[in-house]
Amino acid sequence: MNTYEWLQTILFFVVLLALVKPLGSFMAKVFQGDRTFLSPVLVPCEKLIYRISGVKPDDEMGWQRYAGSMLLFNLMLFVGLFVMLMTQHLLPLNPQKVPAFTWQLALNTAVSFTTNTNWQAYVGEQAVSYFTQMVGLAVHNFVSAATGIAIVIAVIRGFVRRKTSLLGNFWVDMTRCTLYILLPISIIFSLVLVSQGVIQNFSAYKTVPLIQSTNYDKPKLDDKGAALKDAKGTPVTENVIVKEVQIPMGPVASQEAIKELGTNGGGFFNANSAHPFENPTPLSNFIEILLILLIPGALTYTFGVMVGNTRQGWMLLGVMLFILIGAFGVMQWAEVSGNPLVAKLGIQSINMEGKEVRNGLAGSNLFAVATTGTSCGAVNTMHDSLTPIGGMIPLSLILLGEIIFGGVGSGLYTMLAFAIIAVFVSGLMIGRTPEYLGKKIEVREMWMSILAILTAGVTVLILSGIAMITPQAVASMANPGAHGLSEVLYAVASMANNNGSAFAGLNANVNFYNLFGSLAMTVGRYVPAIAVLAMAGSLAEKKYVPPSLGTLPTDKAPFAIWLTLVILIVGALTFFPALALGPIVEHLTMLGGN
Amino acid sequence: MKDIKPAILLFIIFSVICGGIYPAVVTGVAYALFPKQAAGSFITDKAGKEIGSTLIGQPFSGAKYFWPRPSATADFGYNSMASGGSNSGPTNPAYLQAVGDRVKALRDTGVTGLVPADLVQASANGLDPHITPESAGLQVDRVAKARGISGDLVMKVVEQATEGRQLGFLGEPRVNVLVLNLELDRL
Repeated sequence: MNTYEWLQTILFFVVLLALVKPLGSFMAKVFQGDRTFLSPVLVPCEKLIYRISGVKPDDEMGWQRYAGSMLLFNLMLFVGLFVMLMTQHLLPLNPQKVPAFTWQLALNTAVSFTTNTNWQAYVGEQAVSYFTQMVGLAVHNFVSAATGIAIVIAVIRGFVRRKTSLLGNFWVDMTRCTLYILLPISIIFSLVLVSQGVIQNFSAYKTVPLIQSTNYDKPKLDDKGAALKDAKGTPVTENVIVKEVQIPMGPVASQEAIKELGTNGGGFFNANSAHPFENPTPLSNFIEILLILLIPGALTYTFGVMVGNTRQGWMLLGVMLFILIGAFGVMQWAEVSGNPLVAKLGIQSINMEGKEVRNGLAGSNLFAVATTGTSCGAVNTMHDSLTPIGGMIPLSLILLGEIIFGGVGSGLYTMLAFAIIAVFVSGLMIGRTPEYLGKKIEVREMWMSILAILTAGVTVLILSGIAMITPQAVASMANPGAHGLSEVLYAVASMANNNGSAFAGLNANVNFYNLFGSLAMTVGRYVPAIAVLAMAGSLAEKKYVPPSLGTLPTDKAPFAIWLTLVILIVGALTFFPALALGPIVEHLTMLGGN
Repeated sequence: MKDIKPAILLFIIFSVICGGIYPAVVTGVAYALFPKQAAGSFITDKAGKEIGSTLIGQPFSGAKYFWPRPSATADFGYNSMASGGSNSGPTNPAYLQAVGDRVKALRDTGVTGLVPADLVQASANGLDPHITPESAGLQVDRVAKARGISGDLVMKVVEQATEGRQLGFLGEPRVNVLVLNLELDRL
């Protein structure tokens, strides 16, 4: 790393850490119903929303009703988006006259945006109308993020409350999250992004002349749209001269801000945050990475405030930071070392395939670890073209279960499940009573934590196994050999863990990935969410156990180290065999020179 | 169940707020504060017609133009309707072949020494408007010769089209190829 790369990386983490406390305490106030500086404007709006929708803010819910409301709302989101995708050719704001989605792709996309995954098996600039982008996809970016945050707040209440079955009101938590947190931050940062060159308009696509015309061989098609072939079976082509190109437009900035802030990651354009209209400058790149980590980082402080001991939150944040920075270091090393097979051709030995000049290596790698440590899934680099070890890092961060900052809300609740496992295992090893935050950890909490942690992992292993024996799934690979396995593993892991990024060479718009992927995203989102809510329900009913000599302190460094080890061991035990067959074999092949 | 009503109504309310009011407000303010950026940072000719965006690269292959990075967009390079990368894995033989061919094409124009990675490896979006200053430097002699002007003059235009690190330390120094080639045509 050169001096500038050190400087921008260090400055990044300083800015991030400086924002954790202010935003974290603000969010705690919002969810505890305290007054904030936005209250004079937003309290009347909030009350009006409750009146129209028939929500009684004081009507608190037990875990079953909280989970039920969450599922009902998500079902609405799914149905709404599915219908919109199937009818977008009939709806307004469609200057490019794009047609409707097929039902398989609409199913996959609707599930994807409802579950905060934002896996995309379509090309944004060709397939989606402005109406769908704005009223469909962007809305889901807000409320699927708010859903995740509401759940973690209910789970925290489970730790805090005593001898009650009530966890709060889902509608209130979701509404406050959207109004007080997501919308104000998105408005500010979408404007900052516009200042850098992110577009925000409703114009039809612009046609511009090329200064130097170009040409290509276009395959000739018969009446049915199939490729024409000559007697020898080679496809017939005609040479087409291109004198002008179309440049896509759209309301991008408003979507870009919430796409990162809500760890959604669904790009307006196919190239996602690599597209100059989504991420035009190094500063916009810096801001987008910051937005990805902002809420998941600050929520650890909110957690600390709510449980009455901010050191508990800092400790979790420390674990996340340690793993994230370690991952960045390894990835930076791999990409700077580059590809010896390419270097042999007389080229400077860094890997620039699939990267942008303006972002450079550090700006690309930091984005990659942030977007995969969280369940964001936006990309400014094509992960498929990373070096084998460089590509293994994002894959591994996804496979750890999206807890290294993690998705907004979902990252923290899965991390809390890991903390419970760590408390329990250490309790077994040293004969101490397993307690976390003053609550006794018993059989039910263990079951629910294990369910929250292992669901995605088991789904990944089973589905990638099925993929390997399904001809259609194998035929979708873009690269031969071990790299093809990495593509499939990455796709399944990305969907089951609700990340949404891809080794994008894989042709994902086929029935196998559309349908099995929808299943993986649904299971990976809702099973852990319901499990942690059930756990919160049982925790809330327990009485408080004051810390005793036999209690393991969970706000001290030894526990942080222990938790890190538990996370890494669980991850390694589950996925080492799969990683050994994919990226590790490819790395050895690359070093071997063939 | 009493929670069905809020589920439906809140979905509608938030569709209006986040899908209608929010983008409309952002568009309005964006056009008031940053009209050029919001519209796409277009370059216009003397008649006011848009001839390209400073943010979207274009394909150049003639000797008298600076060449941009390789682009893997569908059909033809720099197809702005199909942004995307090559997604080639590092050990893919077809990829290594393609990079080798690009190096050879550069060597044929008289380039010696180590080739900068960005000039022979495709960008992430296929529309990268920039190359590194090193990649521009390698092409100065070729462009000067093809245009019959002095290398110093070409170098001066390159320097004008070079952007430093943003705020002095963010990102990498870079040369905007479209801006550079337009300037050369204007000489």
